Amino acid sequence: METVELYNSQEQIVLDDLSEPVKTGTTIMAVQYKGGIVIGADSRTTSGALIVNRVTDKLTPVADKIFSLRSGSAADTQEIAAIVRYYLNILSTEQGKPPTVKMAANLFRQFCYVYKNYLLASIICAGYDETDGPSIYSIPLGGAIIKQPYAIGGSGSTYLYGYCDANFKEDMTKEECVSFVTNAVGLAIARDGSSGGIIRYAIIDSDGVERHTIYGDQVKNYFK
Amino acid sequence: MSGIGTGYDVTPTTYSPEGRIFQVEYAARSVENSSTAIGIRVSDGVIFGVEKKIISKMLVKGSNRRVGSVGDHIGASIAGLTADGRRIIKQANSEAKSYKDLTSEAIPLNVLVDRISSFVQMHTLYASIRPFGCAVMFGSYNEKDGAQLFLVEPSGVSFGYYGCAIGKAKQSAKTEIEKLNLSELTCREAIKQVAKIIYTIHDESKDKEMELEMSWICKESGGKHELVPDDLIAEAEQFAKDNTVSTNILNFDNI
Repeated sequence: METVELYNSQEQIVLDDLSEPVKTGTTIMAVQYKGGIVIGADSRTTSGALIVNRVTDKLTPVADKIFSLRSGSAADTQEIAAIVRYYLNILSTEQGKPPTVKMAANLFRQFCYVYKNYLLASIICAGYDETDGPSIYSIPLGGAIIKQPYAIGGSGSTYLYGYCDANFKEDMTKEECVSFVTNAVGLAIARDGSSGGIIRYAIIDSDGVERHTIYGDQVKNYFK
Repeated sequence: MSGIGTGYDVTPTTYSPEGRIFQVEYAARSVENSSTAIGIRVSDGVIFGVEKKIISKMLVKGSNRRVGSVGDHIGASIAGLTADGRRIIKQANSEAKSYKDLTSEAIPLNVLVDRISSFVQMHTLYASIRPFGCAVMFGSYNEKDGAQLFLVEPSGVSFGYYGCAIGKAKQSAKTEIEKLNLSELTCREAIKQVAKIIYTIHDESKDKEMELEMSWICKESGGKHELVPDDLIAEAEQFAKDNTVSTNILNFDNI
């Protein structure tokens, strides 16, 4: 006879959830504007139904002006970002100049492609370099690499395709771009159960990186 | 050379009491015995010119190249033991490929030259291997960095140059290169000058017959390293023959 296991206590649910892999359910987003990029992300990290971190920083720098936006397994993406950071450090020392975003993105692609059977990682690599200016690459699950004017990722992004199609414009101003990103991430947080917490965003241009946060109580509420 | 035969010259792992490594100096000597190769860096590219001895009348033309490519964006030219030089170019190609696989970008020339110098230098450290008996010039041209020219020597040192000459007649070739206005010359004009220099330094009475081999990497070749087209070589050779005063009269060996 088939045995059915039942949860007998709240405690058991928590224990079962903790044995789930830690994932960043995630909404991540990177958008190019005239002269730079804006990147943004929610801050929720979950293990099953449990929020193990509500203020996660998913905007992970791999070089001075290059960021990786992580979604998928927290462990996998943290490790890949660390390896890419290490490689970029060596390459830029060897060249005597900062690495390009293209280089960084291809390092991500290399690891995500070669080890695709072992990894759960979907990454957006975005930044600014002197050769190509602002650029954004998305590296989805199988290890492809796609250069895009804007990229969205994570479970929350499914709620954003329509909004982004309707509202993305090339050559936005910085302010337009910031509100586009923060609105979009806010919308995804509202709908997606695996995204939430605060909105972290950053503006990257030739001058450097400017980081900001929007606290949970200031994230716009779209249900009225 | 003091110290020869004193036992300090049989391996590169032993210094002489004066602090020299004779095996490395001998390797450099084998470059000096080679026929001459020159490379010049002008406003819009780099040109290599090689004086090649024709070792047999039955040799198939183009089968004894002394210029080679690294990927398609870097050119190289050898003086010294050709086999050793080809090994270095092969190494350069594998470095270029691994860099491209990792980053998807073409390896910058300074990075390649750094890696090749380390490779060559590594061969001066062990008793079980012989230092490379060749010097290799590397050149590249692209919009961003312009023209670049480097020379890697058997000791493993490398420097950037506006013009360099290696091989038997390097001194007189250098003197000729120094007379050129490299910053204003274009590749088209420089081809003729390179041909002229090679013809000037070639000692007809003493050396065997020679063939001029020229390659370029410049704006006109689209940033790719290629052999200079035959018609341009023919034109340059004609110019060289018309404008070369035989230096043999001044050569004391021939009096």
